[in-house]
Amino acid sequence: MSPHVPSPAAPPLPVDAPVLELRDLTRTHGTGIAEVHALRGINLAVHPGELVAVMGPSGSGKSTLLTLAGGLDTATGGQIIIEGQDISTLGRKGLAALRRRSVGYVFQDYNLIPALTAAENIALPRELDGVSVRKARKEARASLEEMNLLDVADRFPDEMSGGQQQRVAIARALVGDRRLVLADEPTGALDSETGEAVLALLRNRCDQGAAGVMVTHEPRYAAWADRVVFLRDGSIVDQTLSAGADSLLVAGSAE
Amino acid sequence: MSIRHGLLALLERGPRYGSQLRTEFESRTGSTWPLNVGQVYTTLSRLERDGLVVQDGEDDQGHALYSISDDGRTELRAWFETPVDRSSPPRDELAIKLAMAVGAPGVDIRAVIQSQRHHTVKAMQDYTRLKAQALTDVPANRDEVAWLLVLEQLIFQAEAEARWLDHCESRLVRLAEAAATEPEASTPSRAAARTTSRPRARR
Ligand SMILES: Nc1ncnc2c1ncn2[C@@H]1O[C@H](COP(=O)(O)OP(=O)(O)OP(=O)(O)O)[C@@H](O)[C@H]1O
Ligand SMILES: [Mg+2]
Repeated sequence: MSPHVPSPAAPPLPVDAPVLELRDLTRTHGTGIAEVHALRGINLAVHPGELVAVMGPSGSGKSTLLTLAGGLDTATGGQIIIEGQDISTLGRKGLAALRRRSVGYVFQDYNLIPALTAAENIALPRELDGVSVRKARKEARASLEEMNLLDVADRFPDEMSGGQQQRVAIARALVGDRRLVLADEPTGALDSETGEAVLALLRNRCDQGAAGVMVTHEPRYAAWADRVVFLRDGSIVDQTLSAGADSLLVAGSAE
Repeated sequence: MSIRHGLLALLERGPRYGSQLRTEFESRTGSTWPLNVGQVYTTLSRLERDGLVVQDGEDDQGHALYSISDDGRTELRAWFETPVDRSSPPRDELAIKLAMAVGAPGVDIRAVIQSQRHHTVKAMQDYTRLKAQALTDVPANRDEVAWLLVLEQLIFQAEAEARWLDHCESRLVRLAEAAATEPEASTPSRAAARTTSRPRARR
Protein backbone atom coordinates (compact mmCIF):
# COMPACT_ATOMS: atom_id res chain seq x y z
CA MET A 1 0.00 0.00 0.00
CA SER A 2 1.54 3.31 -0.96
CA PRO A 3 1.71 5.91 1.77
CA HIS A 4 -0.52 8.91 1.60
CA VAL A 5 0.70 11.95 3.46
CA PRO A 6 -0.78 15.44 3.62
CA SER A 7 0.97 18.19 1.67
CA PRO A 8 3.28 20.38 3.72
CA ALA A 9 2.93 24.11 3.32
CA ALA A 10 5.05 24.95 0.29
CA PRO A 11 7.86 27.41 0.99
CA PRO A 12 7.31 30.83 -0.56
CA LEU A 13 8.91 31.47 -3.93
CA PRO A 14 12.01 33.66 -3.69
CA VAL A 15 11.37 37.23 -4.77
CA ASP A 16 14.45 39.13 -3.54
CA ALA A 17 17.62 39.50 -5.56
CA PRO A 18 19.92 36.49 -5.18
CA VAL A 19 22.64 36.60 -2.52
CA LEU A 20 24.79 34.31 -4.63
CA GLU A 21 24.80 33.97 -8.37
CA LEU A 22 27.02 31.76 -10.47
CA ARG A 23 27.04 32.42 -14.21
CA ASP A 24 28.57 30.01 -16.71
CA LEU A 25 31.13 29.11 -14.11
CA THR A 26 33.98 26.88 -15.24
CA ARG A 27 37.08 25.59 -13.49
CA THR A 28 39.76 23.63 -15.29
CA HIS A 29 42.82 22.14 -13.61
CA GLY A 30 46.03 21.43 -15.52
CA THR A 31 46.56 21.63 -19.27
CA GLY A 32 46.81 19.38 -22.29
CA ILE A 33 46.49 15.68 -21.58
CA ALA A 34 46.30 16.29 -17.81
CA GLU A 35 43.39 18.71 -18.18
CA VAL A 36 40.54 18.12 -15.71
CA HIS A 37 37.25 19.94 -16.18
CA ALA A 38 36.11 20.19 -12.58
CA LEU A 39 33.21 22.50 -13.48
CA ARG A 40 31.70 22.90 -16.94
CA GLY A 41 29.42 25.92 -17.04
CA ILE A 42 27.44 26.14 -13.81
CA ASN A 43 24.47 28.50 -13.50
CA LEU A 44 22.95 28.81 -10.07
CA ALA A 45 21.18 31.56 -8.10
CA VAL A 46 20.56 31.31 -4.36
CA HIS A 47 18.08 33.74 -2.84
CA PRO A 48 17.64 35.05 0.70
CA GLY A 49 15.82 32.47 2.77
CA GLU A 50 16.85 29.62 0.52
CA LEU A 51 18.89 26.57 1.47
CA VAL A 52 20.29 24.63 -1.49
CA ALA A 53 21.82 21.18 -1.15
CA VAL A 54 24.41 19.99 -3.66
CA MET A 55 24.68 16.25 -4.19
CA GLY A 56 26.72 14.17 -6.58
CA PRO A 57 29.27 11.39 -6.81
CA SER A 58 32.81 11.86 -5.53
CA GLY A 59 34.81 14.02 -7.94
CA SER A 60 31.71 15.59 -9.53
CA GLY A 61 32.87 19.11 -8.56
CA LYS A 62 30.93 19.87 -5.38
CA SER A 63 33.85 21.23 -3.34
CA THR A 64 35.15 23.11 -6.37
CA LEU A 65 31.78 24.82 -6.74
CA LEU A 66 31.72 25.76 -3.08
CA THR A 67 35.29 27.08 -2.85
CA LEU A 68 34.69 29.23 -5.92
CA ALA A 69 31.41 30.53 -4.50
CA GLY A 70 33.26 31.45 -1.31
CA GLY A 71 35.97 33.34 -3.19
CA LEU A 72 38.62 30.84 -2.07
CA ASP A 73 39.69 29.80 -5.57
CA THR A 74 39.79 31.52 -8.95
CA ALA A 75 37.42 30.55 -11.73
CA THR A 76 38.67 29.64 -15.21
CA GLY A 77 35.62 31.28 -16.75
CA GLY A 78 32.29 32.81 -15.82
CA GLN A 79 31.18 35.06 -13.00
CA ILE A 80 30.58 34.81 -9.27
CA ILE A 81 28.28 37.47 -7.91
CA ILE A 82 27.81 37.89 -4.16
CA GLU A 83 25.27 40.43 -2.94
CA GLY A 84 25.24 42.02 -6.38
CA GLN A 85 29.03 42.37 -6.65
CA ASP A 86 31.09 40.49 -9.22
CA ILE A 87 33.86 39.28 -6.93
CA SER A 88 36.49 39.41 -9.69
CA THR A 89 36.24 43.21 -9.54
CA LEU A 90 36.94 43.43 -5.80
CA GLY A 91 40.68 43.04 -5.44
CA ARG A 92 42.36 41.05 -2.67
CA LYS A 93 41.46 43.33 0.23
CA GLY A 94 37.90 43.89 -0.86
CA LEU A 95 37.38 40.17 -1.37
CA ALA A 96 38.84 39.36 2.05
CA ALA A 97 36.51 41.88 3.68
CA LEU A 98 33.48 40.54 1.81
CA ARG A 99 34.39 37.00 2.83
CA ARG A 100 34.71 37.94 6.48
CA ARG A 101 31.58 40.04 6.63
CA SER A 102 29.14 38.25 4.34
CA VAL A 103 30.28 34.66 3.92
CA GLY A 104 30.31 31.92 6.52
CA TYR A 105 32.30 28.95 5.30
CA VAL A 106 32.38 25.46 6.81
CA PHE A 107 35.32 23.48 5.43
CA GLN A 108 35.20 19.74 4.76
CA ASP A 109 38.14 19.38 7.20
CA TYR A 110 37.02 22.12 9.69
CA ASN A 111 40.15 24.36 9.35
CA LEU A 112 40.18 25.54 12.95
CA ILE A 113 43.27 27.46 14.05
CA PRO A 114 45.17 25.06 16.36
CA ALA A 115 46.64 27.77 18.63
CA LEU A 116 43.22 29.28 19.45
CA THR A 117 40.50 27.94 21.73
CA ALA A 118 37.04 27.13 20.40
CA ALA A 119 35.69 30.50 21.56
CA GLU A 120 38.68 32.39 20.11
CA ASN A 121 38.33 30.60 16.77
CA ILE A 122 34.77 31.82 16.54
CA ALA A 123 35.52 35.34 17.72
CA LEU A 124 38.56 35.93 15.49
CA PRO A 125 36.83 36.79 12.20
CA ARG A 126 34.52 39.17 14.05
CA GLU A 127 37.42 40.92 15.76
CA LEU A 128 39.24 41.24 12.44
CA ASP A 129 36.12 42.89 11.18
CA GLY A 130 36.23 45.58 13.86
CA VAL A 131 33.80 44.17 16.41
CA SER A 132 35.06 44.83 19.94
CA VAL A 133 36.84 41.93 21.64
CA ARG A 134 34.25 41.82 24.41
CA LYS A 135 31.35 41.72 22.02
CA ALA A 136 33.01 39.12 19.79
CA ARG A 137 33.69 36.87 22.80
CA LYS A 138 30.11 37.24 23.95
CA GLU A 139 28.77 36.32 20.53
CA ALA A 140 31.14 33.35 20.40
CA ARG A 141 29.77 32.02 23.68
CA ALA A 142 26.20 32.51 22.53
CA SER A 143 26.83 30.59 19.33
CA LEU A 144 28.60 27.81 21.24
CA GLU A 145 25.60 27.61 23.50
CA GLU A 146 23.34 27.29 20.46
CA MET A 147 25.49 24.33 19.40
CA ASN A 148 25.26 22.86 22.88
CA LEU A 149 29.03 23.23 23.18
CA LEU A 150 29.67 25.72 25.98
CA ASP A 151 31.76 23.19 27.87
CA VAL A 152 34.44 23.15 25.15
CA ALA A 153 34.66 26.96 24.83
CA ASP A 154 38.15 27.12 26.35
CA ARG A 155 39.58 24.00 24.74
CA PHE A 156 41.99 23.91 21.84
CA PRO A 157 41.06 21.97 18.67
CA ASP A 158 43.31 19.02 19.53
CA GLU A 159 41.44 18.68 22.83
CA MET A 160 38.10 18.21 21.08
CA SER A 161 36.48 15.26 19.30
CA GLY A 162 35.99 15.42 15.53
CA GLY A 163 32.28 16.09 15.93
CA GLN A 164 32.94 18.89 18.43
CA GLN A 165 35.48 20.52 16.08
CA GLN A 166 32.99 20.27 13.27
CA ARG A 167 30.31 22.00 15.32
CA VAL A 168 32.76 24.75 16.36
CA ALA A 169 33.54 25.26 12.67
CA ILE A 170 29.81 25.57 12.00
CA ALA A 171 29.37 28.00 14.88
CA ARG A 172 32.20 30.09 13.42
CA ALA A 173 30.44 30.19 10.05
CA LEU A 174 27.10 31.18 11.56
CA VAL A 175 28.25 33.85 13.99
CA GLY A 176 27.43 37.47 13.16
CA ASP A 177 25.11 38.43 10.39
CA ARG A 178 26.51 36.47 7.45
CA ARG A 179 24.16 36.59 4.51
CA LEU A 180 25.70 33.60 2.75
CA VAL A 181 26.54 30.34 4.46
CA LEU A 182 28.54 27.74 2.51
CA ALA A 183 29.06 24.35 4.10
CA ASP A 184 31.04 21.41 2.69
CA GLU A 185 29.82 18.15 4.24
CA PRO A 186 28.96 19.88 7.53
CA THR A 187 27.64 16.67 9.07
CA GLY A 188 30.46 14.30 8.10
CA ALA A 189 31.67 13.61 11.64
CA LEU A 190 28.32 13.86 13.42
CA ASP A 191 25.96 11.17 14.67
CA SER A 192 22.46 11.30 13.27
CA GLU A 193 20.92 13.20 16.20
CA THR A 194 23.65 15.89 16.23
CA GLY A 195 23.67 16.06 12.44
CA GLU A 196 19.98 16.75 12.49
CA ALA A 197 20.39 19.47 15.14
CA VAL A 198 23.01 21.15 12.94
CA LEU A 199 20.69 20.99 9.94
CA ALA A 200 17.89 22.51 12.00
CA LEU A 201 20.23 25.42 12.88
CA LEU A 202 21.26 25.92 9.27
CA ARG A 203 17.62 25.73 8.20
CA ASN A 204 16.71 28.24 10.88
CA ARG A 205 19.43 30.65 9.76
CA CYS A 206 18.07 30.51 6.22
CA ASP A 207 14.49 30.94 7.43
CA GLN A 208 15.72 34.18 9.01
CA GLY A 209 16.92 35.42 5.62
CA ALA A 210 20.38 34.01 4.95
CA ALA A 211 21.16 32.09 1.75
CA GLY A 212 22.79 28.70 2.22
CA VAL A 213 24.57 26.15 0.05
CA MET A 214 25.44 22.82 1.57
CA VAL A 215 27.31 19.92 0.01
CA THR A 216 26.23 16.56 1.33
CA HIS A 217 26.24 12.86 0.50
CA GLU A 218 23.38 12.20 2.90
CA PRO A 219 19.91 12.33 1.34
CA ARG A 220 18.37 12.69 4.80
CA TYR A 221 20.24 15.97 5.36
CA ALA A 222 19.77 17.18 1.79
CA ALA A 223 16.05 16.82 2.41
CA TRP A 224 16.19 19.82 4.77
CA ALA A 225 16.97 22.03 1.78
CA ASP A 226 14.47 23.93 -0.35
CA ARG A 227 16.18 22.74 -3.49
CA VAL A 228 18.49 19.85 -4.22
CA VAL A 229 20.95 20.26 -7.08
CA PHE A 230 22.50 17.14 -8.62
CA LEU A 231 26.01 17.49 -10.00
CA ARG A 232 27.69 15.02 -12.31
CA ASP A 233 31.06 15.44 -14.07
CA GLY A 234 31.09 19.18 -13.39
CA SER A 235 27.58 19.93 -14.66
CA ILE A 236 24.21 20.35 -12.99
CA VAL A 237 22.20 17.47 -14.43
CA ASP A 238 18.99 17.93 -12.47
CA GLN A 239 17.44 19.78 -9.54
CA THR A 240 14.31 19.59 -7.45
CA LEU A 241 12.25 22.75 -7.43
CA SER A 242 11.70 24.88 -4.33
CA ALA A 243 7.96 25.31 -4.51
CA GLY A 244 5.26 22.68 -4.40
CA ALA A 245 5.09 22.53 -8.21
CA ASP A 246 6.52 19.04 -8.63
CA SER A 247 5.51 17.89 -5.19
CA LEU A 248 4.91 14.18 -4.89
CA LEU A 249 2.31 14.84 -2.24
CA VAL A 250 0.25 17.16 -4.37
CA ALA A 251 0.36 14.58 -7.15
CA GLY A 252 -0.30 11.76 -4.71
CA SER A 253 -3.37 13.36 -3.15
CA ALA A 254 -5.10 13.45 -6.53
CA GLU A 255 -5.08 9.64 -6.85
CA MET B 1 0.26 -3.97 6.41
CA SER B 2 -1.66 -5.43 9.30
CA ILE B 3 -4.97 -3.65 9.74
CA ARG B 4 -6.10 -6.62 11.82
CA HIS B 5 -3.51 -6.09 14.50
CA GLY B 6 -3.82 -2.32 14.33
CA LEU B 7 -7.51 -2.62 15.15
CA LEU B 8 -6.86 -5.10 17.95
CA ALA B 9 -4.35 -2.66 19.47
CA LEU B 10 -6.92 0.14 19.42
CA LEU B 11 -9.63 -2.13 20.88
CA GLU B 12 -7.39 -3.06 23.77
CA ARG B 13 -8.01 0.43 25.11
CA GLY B 14 -11.77 -0.26 25.37
CA PRO B 15 -14.83 -1.02 23.21
CA ARG B 16 -15.17 0.99 20.01
CA TYR B 17 -17.35 1.14 16.92
CA GLY B 18 -16.24 0.89 13.29
CA SER B 19 -15.87 4.48 12.13
CA GLN B 20 -14.31 5.41 15.45
CA LEU B 21 -11.62 2.77 14.84
CA ARG B 22 -11.01 4.20 11.41
CA THR B 23 -10.58 7.74 12.79
CA GLU B 24 -8.24 6.59 15.53
CA PHE B 25 -6.17 4.44 13.16
CA GLU B 26 -5.71 7.40 10.85
CA SER B 27 -4.83 9.94 13.50
CA ARG B 28 -2.26 7.52 14.93
CA THR B 29 -0.57 7.16 11.54
CA GLY B 30 -1.22 10.66 10.16
CA SER B 31 -3.58 9.22 7.49
CA THR B 32 -0.53 7.72 5.81
CA TRP B 33 -2.45 4.56 4.97
CA PRO B 34 -6.06 5.66 4.60
CA LEU B 35 -8.72 3.10 5.52
CA ASN B 36 -12.29 3.09 4.39
CA VAL B 37 -15.08 2.13 6.73
CA GLY B 38 -15.87 -0.91 4.58
CA GLN B 39 -12.35 -2.29 5.17
CA VAL B 40 -12.77 -1.74 8.88
CA TYR B 41 -16.07 -3.65 9.04
CA THR B 42 -14.76 -6.48 6.85
CA THR B 43 -11.75 -6.82 9.14
CA LEU B 44 -13.93 -6.66 12.25
CA SER B 45 -16.18 -9.46 11.00
CA ARG B 46 -13.14 -11.65 10.25
CA LEU B 47 -11.77 -10.92 13.71
CA GLU B 48 -15.16 -11.85 15.15
CA ARG B 49 -15.26 -15.08 13.12
CA ASP B 50 -11.81 -15.96 14.52
CA GLY B 51 -12.95 -15.24 18.07
CA LEU B 52 -10.54 -12.33 18.58
CA VAL B 53 -13.26 -9.67 19.08
CA VAL B 54 -16.88 -9.86 20.20
CA GLN B 55 -19.84 -7.59 19.57
CA ASP B 56 -20.55 -5.79 22.78
CA GLY B 57 -23.87 -3.90 22.70
CA GLU B 58 -24.40 -0.39 21.40
CA ASP B 59 -23.50 3.08 22.53
CA ASP B 60 -26.00 5.91 23.18
CA GLN B 61 -26.23 6.69 19.47
CA GLY B 62 -26.89 3.09 18.51
CA HIS B 63 -23.38 2.32 17.11
CA ALA B 64 -22.53 -1.38 17.35
CA LEU B 65 -19.57 -1.69 19.73
CA TYR B 66 -16.78 -4.26 19.50
CA SER B 67 -14.43 -5.36 22.23
CA ILE B 68 -11.30 -7.47 22.27
CA SER B 69 -11.50 -11.04 23.62
CA ASP B 70 -8.89 -12.89 25.69
CA ASP B 71 -7.79 -14.70 22.53
CA GLY B 72 -7.54 -11.30 20.86
CA ARG B 73 -5.24 -10.07 23.64
CA THR B 74 -3.05 -13.14 23.27
CA GLU B 75 -2.88 -12.59 19.51
CA LEU B 76 -1.95 -8.92 20.03
CA ARG B 77 0.84 -9.74 22.53
CA ALA B 78 2.24 -12.29 20.09
CA TRP B 79 2.19 -9.67 17.33
CA PHE B 80 4.16 -7.16 19.38
CA GLU B 81 6.65 -9.82 20.41
CA THR B 82 7.26 -11.28 16.94
CA PRO B 83 9.50 -9.46 14.44
CA VAL B 84 7.89 -8.47 11.16
CA ASP B 85 8.66 -11.17 8.62
CA ARG B 86 11.38 -10.34 6.11
CA SER B 87 11.71 -13.78 4.52
CA SER B 88 9.37 -13.01 1.63
CA PRO B 89 10.08 -9.35 0.81
CA PRO B 90 7.26 -7.50 -0.89
CA ARG B 91 7.67 -7.08 -4.63
CA ASP B 92 9.45 -3.80 -5.18
CA GLU B 93 8.51 -2.12 -8.44
CA LEU B 94 11.69 -0.04 -8.52
CA ALA B 95 13.96 -3.06 -8.09
CA ILE B 96 12.06 -4.85 -10.85
CA LYS B 97 12.25 -1.79 -13.10
CA LEU B 98 16.03 -1.42 -12.72
CA ALA B 99 16.52 -5.15 -13.18
CA MET B 100 14.60 -4.90 -16.43
CA ALA B 101 16.44 -1.72 -17.49
CA VAL B 102 19.85 -3.43 -17.44
CA GLY B 103 20.76 -3.77 -21.09
CA ALA B 104 17.25 -2.94 -22.31
CA PRO B 105 17.47 -1.47 -25.82
CA GLY B 106 16.86 2.28 -26.02
CA VAL B 107 16.79 2.68 -22.23
CA ASP B 108 19.33 4.96 -20.52
CA ILE B 109 19.51 3.34 -17.13
CA ARG B 110 21.32 6.32 -15.60
CA ALA B 111 18.42 8.51 -16.68
CA VAL B 112 15.99 6.03 -15.10
CA ILE B 113 18.04 6.21 -11.89
CA GLN B 114 18.19 10.02 -11.90
CA SER B 115 14.49 10.45 -12.50
CA GLN B 116 13.75 8.14 -9.59
CA ARG B 117 16.34 9.88 -7.40
CA HIS B 118 14.70 13.23 -8.15
CA HIS B 119 11.31 11.86 -7.15
CA THR B 120 12.62 10.16 -4.00
CA VAL B 121 14.62 13.15 -2.77
CA LYS B 122 11.65 15.42 -3.47
CA ALA B 123 9.47 13.13 -1.36
CA MET B 124 12.07 13.31 1.41
CA GLN B 125 12.02 17.11 1.25
CA ASP B 126 8.24 17.05 1.67
CA TYR B 127 8.37 14.57 4.56
CA THR B 128 11.15 16.57 6.20
CA ARG B 129 9.15 19.77 5.96
CA LEU B 130 6.24 18.03 7.68
CA LYS B 131 8.61 16.69 10.29
CA ALA B 132 10.09 20.15 10.95
CA GLN B 133 6.54 21.42 11.40
CA ALA B 134 5.72 18.53 13.74
CA LEU B 135 8.82 19.33 15.80
CA THR B 136 8.19 23.06 16.24
CA ASP B 137 6.23 22.15 19.36
CA VAL B 138 7.26 19.13 21.38
CA PRO B 139 4.77 16.38 20.42
CA ALA B 140 2.26 16.33 23.24
CA ASN B 141 0.03 13.30 22.93
CA ARG B 142 0.48 9.76 21.74
CA ASP B 143 -1.10 10.44 18.35
CA GLU B 144 1.47 13.16 17.65
CA VAL B 145 4.35 10.99 18.78
CA ALA B 146 3.06 8.06 16.72
CA TRP B 147 2.69 10.27 13.63
CA LEU B 148 6.27 11.52 14.03
CA LEU B 149 7.56 7.95 14.16
CA VAL B 150 5.61 7.04 11.02
CA LEU B 151 6.91 10.13 9.24
CA GLU B 152 10.50 9.32 10.16
CA GLN B 153 9.99 5.77 8.94
CA LEU B 154 8.98 7.18 5.55
CA ILE B 155 12.10 9.36 5.56
CA PHE B 156 14.44 6.51 6.44
CA GLN B 157 12.86 4.23 3.86
CA ALA B 158 13.17 6.88 1.15
CA GLU B 159 16.75 7.46 2.22
CA ALA B 160 17.55 3.79 1.82
CA GLU B 161 16.14 3.97 -1.68
CA ALA B 162 18.16 7.10 -2.55
CA ARG B 163 21.35 5.51 -1.24
CA TRP B 164 20.70 2.35 -3.16
CA LEU B 165 20.20 4.41 -6.33
CA ASP B 166 23.55 6.18 -5.74
CA HIS B 167 25.11 2.79 -5.29
CA CYS B 168 23.52 1.41 -8.48
CA GLU B 169 24.86 4.33 -10.46
CA SER B 170 28.43 4.06 -9.24
CA ARG B 171 28.28 0.27 -9.61
CA LEU B 172 27.20 0.64 -13.24
CA VAL B 173 29.89 3.25 -13.92
CA ARG B 174 32.55 0.99 -12.47
CA LEU B 175 31.34 -2.08 -14.36
CA ALA B 176 31.29 -0.07 -17.60
CA GLU B 177 34.88 1.08 -16.98
CA ALA B 178 35.96 -2.47 -16.25
CA ALA B 179 34.25 -3.73 -19.41
CA ALA B 180 35.97 -0.99 -21.43
CA THR B 181 39.43 -1.99 -20.25
CA GLU B 182 38.96 -5.75 -20.78
CA PRO B 183 36.74 -6.00 -23.84
CA GLU B 184 37.48 -9.66 -24.74
CA ALA B 185 37.44 -11.29 -21.36
CA SER B 186 34.06 -9.92 -20.44
CA THR B 187 31.68 -11.88 -22.63
CA PRO B 188 32.56 -15.51 -21.87
CA SER B 189 33.45 -14.96 -18.22
CA ARG B 190 30.22 -13.19 -17.54
CA ALA B 191 28.22 -16.00 -19.08
CA ALA B 192 30.16 -18.44 -16.93
CA ALA B 193 29.60 -16.39 -13.82
CA ARG B 194 25.90 -16.37 -14.52
CA THR B 195 25.64 -20.13 -14.40
CA THR B 196 28.01 -20.74 -11.49
CA SER B 197 27.85 -17.93 -8.95
CA ARG B 198 24.30 -16.79 -9.33
CA PRO B 199 22.70 -15.97 -5.98
CA ARG B 200 20.08 -18.50 -5.02
CA ALA B 201 16.67 -17.45 -6.25
CA ARG B 202 13.94 -17.23 -3.73
CA ARG B 203 11.13 -18.58 -5.82
N1 LIG C 1 44.12 21.01 -7.52
C1 LIG C 1 43.61 20.15 -8.38
N2 LIG C 1 44.33 19.70 -9.44
C2 LIG C 1 43.82 18.84 -10.34
N3 LIG C 1 42.56 18.34 -10.26
C3 LIG C 1 41.80 18.74 -9.24
C4 LIG C 1 42.27 19.65 -8.24
N4 LIG C 1 41.27 19.85 -7.34
C5 LIG C 1 40.24 19.10 -7.76
N5 LIG C 1 40.55 18.43 -8.88
C6 LIG C 1 39.66 17.53 -9.64
O1 LIG C 1 38.44 18.19 -9.89
C7 LIG C 1 37.35 17.29 -9.80
C8 LIG C 1 36.32 17.81 -8.81
O2 LIG C 1 36.85 17.77 -7.49
P1 LIG C 1 36.01 18.16 -6.21
O3 LIG C 1 36.93 18.20 -5.05
O4 LIG C 1 35.24 19.39 -6.51
O5 LIG C 1 35.01 16.93 -6.10
P2 LIG C 1 33.85 16.66 -5.00
O6 LIG C 1 32.57 16.53 -5.76
O7 LIG C 1 33.93 17.64 -3.91
O8 LIG C 1 34.26 15.20 -4.49
P3 LIG C 1 34.16 14.56 -2.98
O9 LIG C 1 32.73 14.08 -2.84
O10 LIG C 1 35.11 13.39 -3.09
O11 LIG C 1 34.58 15.58 -1.98
C9 LIG C 1 37.95 15.94 -9.44
O12 LIG C 1 38.10 15.20 -10.62
C10 LIG C 1 39.29 16.30 -8.85
O13 LIG C 1 40.21 15.26 -9.04
MG1 LIG D 1 34.43 17.50 -1.78
